[in-house]
Amino acid sequence: MPETLIQPLTELAEAYERLSRDVGFTAELDDMLKNFAGRATPLYYARNLSEKLGRKVYLKREDLVHGGAHKLNNTLGQALVAKRMGKTRLIAETGAGQHGVATAIVGANLGFETQVYMGEVDIERQKMNVYRMELMGAEVIPVKSGSRTLKDAINEAMRDWASSFECTHYLLGTAAGPHPFPSMVRDFQSVIGKEAREQIMQAEGKLPDSIVACVGGGSNAMGIFTPFLDDRSVDLIAVEAGGRGLGKTDKTADNGASLGCGDDGVLHGALTKILQDPYGQILESYSIAAGLDYPGVGPQLAYLAETGRIKPRMADDKTAITGFRLLSELEGIIPALESAHAVGYALREPEALGELAIINISGRGDKDLATVMEYENL
Amino acid sequence: MRISEAFLHRPLLIVYICAGDPSPEATVDLAKRIARAGADIIELGLPHSDPIADGPTIQAAAQRAIAAGMNTDVYFEAVAAMDVDIPKVFMGYYNMIYARGLDKFASDCAKSDISGLIVPDLPPEEACPLRDACIDHGLDLIFLVAPNTPPDRTRMILDQTSGFVYLVARTGVTGVRKDVLQDTKSLIARVPGDVPRAVGFGISTPAQAAEVIRAGADAAIVGSVCVDLIAKGEINRLEQLVRDMKEAINAVDKSKAPIVC
Repeated sequence: MPETLIQPLTELAEAYERLSRDVGFTAELDDMLKNFAGRATPLYYARNLSEKLGRKVYLKREDLVHGGAHKLNNTLGQALVAKRMGKTRLIAETGAGQHGVATAIVGANLGFETQVYMGEVDIERQKMNVYRMELMGAEVIPVKSGSRTLKDAINEAMRDWASSFECTHYLLGTAAGPHPFPSMVRDFQSVIGKEAREQIMQAEGKLPDSIVACVGGGSNAMGIFTPFLDDRSVDLIAVEAGGRGLGKTDKTADNGASLGCGDDGVLHGALTKILQDPYGQILESYSIAAGLDYPGVGPQLAYLAETGRIKPRMADDKTAITGFRLLSELEGIIPALESAHAVGYALREPEALGELAIINISGRGDKDLATVMEYENL
Repeated sequence: MRISEAFLHRPLLIVYICAGDPSPEATVDLAKRIARAGADIIELGLPHSDPIADGPTIQAAAQRAIAAGMNTDVYFEAVAAMDVDIPKVFMGYYNMIYARGLDKFASDCAKSDISGLIVPDLPPEEACPLRDACIDHGLDLIFLVAPNTPPDRTRMILDQTSGFVYLVARTGVTGVRKDVLQDTKSLIARVPGDVPRAVGFGISTPAQAAEVIRAGADAAIVGSVCVDLIAKGEINRLEQLVRDMKEAINAVDKSKAPIVC
């Protein structure tokens, strides 16, 4: 991280550390999660999917969170931190637009000026989300540099923050980037796993054999995995974007699988697994799901993969589309294309799930209909 | 030449260019011209795909250079081929160093006659392994102090840096700015002069360069404006600018330096 950002990051880490022990803060956040975001989300026993797979499968319904994805858990937490730090403006990066929308929601609700950096390529792919953000008063700033996708939006947000930190909070959307973001985002998202743990104990009287979540940067995966990290009997399966396959060229990888295909490197202030060329230039990632289209991954996930605590797996575009269709047909739930990677993996390798599994449905798929229609027409 | 030798004859003019823009061969020639025009140290940027500390001018140069075939191997070949009698300083992002291996990178720097390294995204807390490699190969590792760096941290950075300390004239990223801010002057004033202080970020005119020297800096660093002239192919104007800047800082009579607070 550039020296200019060290002090803002230190101040943020200190404020977060303090507030996470502050009863008033946690009470306000809990209230917003319950009455504004709509938590707790159900842990739904997917009867038809279970029958098809020959084992019990529960779905953690983050698609039902206000805004349509788990992203609001984090933006609410960070916005409340920012408010107590006296910040008046929020900036964020977004790929698919879900994090941008979740930031626009808290910006409108809590009275921040909000600007969202979004790659030109992604703006074209996700026009509806751009309009949703604008409706809620956020300004979407097109990023024209580099590959004009998520990683460049992060670069641009960091550059903004390097001169605006006095009044601005950078609301990073995933469990990656410099400290304190990976731990702060993980903590705010851990509400997913805390609920799921209680809910499965209530429903089944025991822990699941496996939990399956998709991984881009890793916020929904860390959110549901964290409360189960010490339960060694629970397999934690992290499904990355296999994209078009394992190929790569000088500038691009055909996937977004940093855990599966990446090497150690430093990106956005963290030592983690990244998709890069032999010289250390960051490759452009690829996935049909814009939210998994990131050439890095949260540092804690990279660590947990290295120690063997989580199992990194891949699902390619085709597997994700199969998951998308089947969950819609079987359960009447249209998952986000990101979450469809986890569903598709479960359909492909049901024996890896054990007898009792939870799949994290991190978001809903309405935003992806155009993408899926285009894919199927090819 | 060692950086410390160059600082025996201050004030200094430090010029940054992006290696490989427009081509590796052109960079070798440009470095010679810039040295001949009066630069005292030349910073040679290794282009990175994700230069988060840089503004649009240097980002664009990095993209052009990468597209023109610049990579770390080509970089060291080009730098080794530069026959200049001023110190050459590497400037680039940590992942490029990490990917090559710290010791190999430092060794390649030394073999290419590089005197020091500036790594703008590497805070001193994370720099121990690279510093060890630099010491092994006789290289300076130069750290940055920003306007918002607190005093105790500034002290720590001054203890860690070698060669000189890079004072970031203003918050934000690299790029051309109209004025030298009062902030810059107070930054120079509050950083003790026990290590040479070079000021960069936003200096683009001879008057601005002279102003930071007058405010007490030991060197002025100029980057984006040079990169911009190279992009436009205006090499004669670049040489003229370097000459004018050198003249302007030499003309500063430091005994008449204003007291700044």
